[in-house]
Amino acid sequence: MRYPFRTSAGPLVAVTLAAALAVAGCSSSGPSGSASGAAGGTLVVGVTSDPDTLFPWKATQFQAVNVLQNVYGTLTEFGQDLKVVPGLAKEWKTTDGGKTLTLTLRDGVTFSDGSAMDSADVKFSLDKIMDEKTAAVARASLASVSAVQAPDAHTVVLKLSTPDAALPGNLASTNLAILSSTDTEQKLGSATNGTGPYKLSKRTPSQSLTLAKNDKYWGSEKPKLDAIEFRVIPDESSIVSAMQSGNVQLAVFDDPLVAKTAEGGNLQVAKTPQLSYHVLQLNARHGDLANVNVRLAIQCAIDRKQVLDAAALGEGEVTGPITAPEFKSDPAQRPCPQRDLTKAADYLAKAGKPDGLHVKAIVSQGEYATSVNEAQSLKAQLAEAKITLDLETLESGAFVDRWVAGTFDAAVALNGGRPDPDGMYGRYFTSKGNLNKVAGYSSPKLDQLFAAGKASTDEAQRKQIYSQVSAELENNAAWIWLFTGFTYTATTSQVKGFVPMVNGSLQYLRTTTVS
Amino acid sequence: MVRRLLRHRVVRRIASTIGTLLGVAVFVFVMLRAIPGNQITAGLGTEAAALTPAQREALTQYYGLDRPLPVQFFSWLGNVFTGNLGFSARAQRSVLELTLSSLPVTLELAVVSIVLALLIGVPLGMLAASKPESPRDVVGQVVSLAGLSVPAFLLATTLLSVFAAELGFNPNGRGFATLAQDPLLNLQQMFMPALVLGFGIAAPILRTTRTAVLDIRSNDFIRTARAKGVPPRRLQFKHVLGNALVPIVTMTGLQFGYLLGGAVVVEQIFSLPGIGRQVLLGIQQKEYAVVQSTVLVIALAFVLVNLLTDLLYRIIDPRVRAS
Repeated sequence: MRYPFRTSAGPLVAVTLAAALAVAGCSSSGPSGSASGAAGGTLVVGVTSDPDTLFPWKATQFQAVNVLQNVYGTLTEFGQDLKVVPGLAKEWKTTDGGKTLTLTLRDGVTFSDGSAMDSADVKFSLDKIMDEKTAAVARASLASVSAVQAPDAHTVVLKLSTPDAALPGNLASTNLAILSSTDTEQKLGSATNGTGPYKLSKRTPSQSLTLAKNDKYWGSEKPKLDAIEFRVIPDESSIVSAMQSGNVQLAVFDDPLVAKTAEGGNLQVAKTPQLSYHVLQLNARHGDLANVNVRLAIQCAIDRKQVLDAAALGEGEVTGPITAPEFKSDPAQRPCPQRDLTKAADYLAKAGKPDGLHVKAIVSQGEYATSVNEAQSLKAQLAEAKITLDLETLESGAFVDRWVAGTFDAAVALNGGRPDPDGMYGRYFTSKGNLNKVAGYSSPKLDQLFAAGKASTDEAQRKQIYSQVSAELENNAAWIWLFTGFTYTATTSQVKGFVPMVNGSLQYLRTTTVS
Repeated sequence: MVRRLLRHRVVRRIASTIGTLLGVAVFVFVMLRAIPGNQITAGLGTEAAALTPAQREALTQYYGLDRPLPVQFFSWLGNVFTGNLGFSARAQRSVLELTLSSLPVTLELAVVSIVLALLIGVPLGMLAASKPESPRDVVGQVVSLAGLSVPAFLLATTLLSVFAAELGFNPNGRGFATLAQDPLLNLQQMFMPALVLGFGIAAPILRTTRTAVLDIRSNDFIRTARAKGVPPRRLQFKHVLGNALVPIVTMTGLQFGYLLGGAVVVEQIFSLPGIGRQVLLGIQQKEYAVVQSTVLVIALAFVLVNLLTDLLYRIIDPRVRAS
């Protein structure tokens, strides 16, 4: 799940502002131009909260990841189209039937403190991430790695227990950033030392964080801005007014109402579809939901477009399980692509519940803008199919607690997506996945499909395997996938060269200029 | 000896202050633990579900959550007595440092709000009282009704959107400047938030002023003074307002306490790095030491303001001094 903290007053404020300004229409405009402007200057980015940590291996908060991915380097990176491209490793190859991954490191990479980066740093980082005592969040991404070897300064060899086609993509996560072997978590708590285009220059907690250009950055294209200030303005509507008065030049919003108020004037708003998806999670191991016919009845009783329209002003698109462009599921390929109450009634009858049933659902309040509206729309629609959705609206901390413990029948959630379908769902829907308790569903068929997807390096074959995964999830109504939303990147006209990405990344701040 | 000491006003007052603060400390400690979630889930969000038991244990130890609650409470309290208010992992700073930078912001905001509230409330209250049931009284009633009923966030966002979007005046979108760094910018940044808060408390001040002025004007001594030929202006300000000050000061003192806590919403919208926002962030991140210590500081400030209000009455009202 993406995890931006939202202000408690946020949604209310947004509604008020939207009503007050009565701005109509939210036409899509392209990214803020690709023409590059002059180098230098400071870009002010408006953010709603301070990074909660500067230590990349533990950073999951949206704001923290956005800042740290400009500071720390990873072995691989994602290009604009989310294909895996070289990062600190300039190339890699798999041998030994997929059980050895050999990476060749780039020459002349230094950390911002001037020390050189070599294979010892990579080995140190990966070994530490795999050590449970570090409590690094990406440990599971390296589950297939049995040993890390550094035969020479420029080569890193990963010995795998099973072939893992998703590994190169997983290595692109900021949570797998390569740190210097002389650094400690304590040192990096208040200062940074990365191989990325920027480094921390100044921080005032809960007010602002400023990055300065890293002159030693290895990339062929050097960062253009002298500095980027992430200025904390807790309320999204206040960020809009700070942009309107020219004090802030770039901000990313996820609330469609706020984005509407930002449109017009000297602000451009680019809409980017997201990998993260809105979903009604069903716990197929709890009560009536254990019956596949009950789950299918729920699936048939829901008009996803209506949920999207009611909760998010129609800003987004109906989705199947896999949201990454390369592996995208076709939402028409599901048992009830359109709402079908007759079929829902049939499934209920098959389940031996012709008179309907009650399902309890947890909903988070305040974690993201549309949650409660989604839940209300689902409840109203299911009621027409004699399924009563009992909503339990929880403060986001309480929601996270229940979600993490897996103690719910159903959950209205916004979960984070990933470019590789194995990274996205392997941890949820395989019987040994570390989030399987939360997912509430697995099957031998899915275990086998996910294993095959990891073992194959043939792209066409992987696509075919994951479309089967998708079908398996939908035919069993493991969860009810609803829609993906947009993020809205607002920029003033002075900003050029920024490319918003589908995974919400701000990595293209390195090509951005401000005039 | 001890008994005689306890009978002494000042000692009693100090004892009750310490009692109040201890009560606040226990209450906040318990309430915070009653909120679901802890620093681990607050920091990692739903990723916390992917932690292995060993990882979870490592984090629990790191944040000191493995110690029994009474141990956590007394070790924190013991540290507070030595001036160590705790450490914020998020800010990588001591809570004392955070508080010393944020408390002045809120205090300044509170003072400016009070000044604005008095500037709005007292004259309008006197005006309203000068001719009860007249159009000017109705104006006062409407203003105080609006002050009481318009929520701060609505007024705040309206002000921001009008000033920022229409007039391009938005000092709050710039980085925060302290009074020492840039007095002009600082006062500009205080203006809108203080107006929002001040408008809210102008209403009770207006009503109190109106009632007190009407009440005092009906007193015998005013009639006597008028009969003795005291000029109307002098009568109005020295005799009437002078005596109405007691309830106005009481009301203002009460509102000051409300301001310290009530600044949260306004600090959030206008991005002022004050103490209200520090508490809010602390709660969101489940940084227990931050919340516990900050609330204790707010409670202390509240108690001190009450004490100050008490002392002020003694100065302006000889009757209190006598009793």
